[in-house]
Amino acid sequence: MSLTRREFVGTSLTSAAAFAALPSLSFAATADEAIAAYYRRRGHIGCRDHLDRARNCRERLNTVQIEVSAPGAEEIIMFAAGNPNPNVATFKFGPMSGSQAATTRIRLASEQDVVAIAKMPDGSFLKAVSNVKVTIGGCGG
Amino acid sequence: MAENVTPRVRAPREASVGEVVSVRTLISHPMESGMRRDGDGNVIPRSIINRFVCTFNGEVVVDVTMEPSIATNPYFQFEAKVMESGTFNFTWYDDDGSVYEDSSDITVS
Repeated sequence: MSLTRREFVGTSLTSAAAFAALPSLSFAATADEAIAAYYRRRGHIGCRDHLDRARNCRERLNTVQIEVSAPGAEEIIMFAAGNPNPNVATFKFGPMSGSQAATTRIRLASEQDVVAIAKMPDGSFLKAVSNVKVTIGGCGG
Repeated sequence: MAENVTPRVRAPREASVGEVVSVRTLISHPMESGMRRDGDGNVIPRSIINRFVCTFNGEVVVDVTMEPSIATNPYFQFEAKVMESGTFNFTWYDDDGSVYEDSSDITVS
């Protein structure tokens, strides 16, 4: 059985376990490729985020509050493509959840793209990318 | 070893049947990423909370796997749909094996 690399990466993503199995350092690039090759439909996944400038002026230079939502998703995984370790978090929504949305605070090494990928019950994936500016060392940006 | 880890939870005490309620959690924790070095150039070992689970009457609301990119004092906001009175249970799992717990009751009418 011969598989191209692209097919192999796509296949490995079909199981949730594969999320954890892939090497973390190359995850950002491989995740992008795999999802681009694999997900079948583009939905209305929303990825909104904002920079808390007031807080950035103080000690938490690079802490950013991120809100992510994907109605109907069973799982949302987030990456920060510019961080040394791009993995951020995986949200799994259980039967008692009221919406497939969550807010959290993450560290960003610099201005970069934050990627959210939602796994839908039918096996498809949705992706949203949002560029986040981080002001380090002042409030100018 | 993280010290003075204090979970804080804000969830409504009352709701109507089928209402979607917002839950906010914050836990004080340094979330040492394992990437930083101390003054002598030695890597400071990773020490984070790696998992957070919220359940309502034993059923999962949200189950979060956390990585070092989560900021200090992890904060989460999410929503739960309540059909009956019960208890939210919140559990955080630390790298060092510690488990932190909190709970919040809600009356549904």
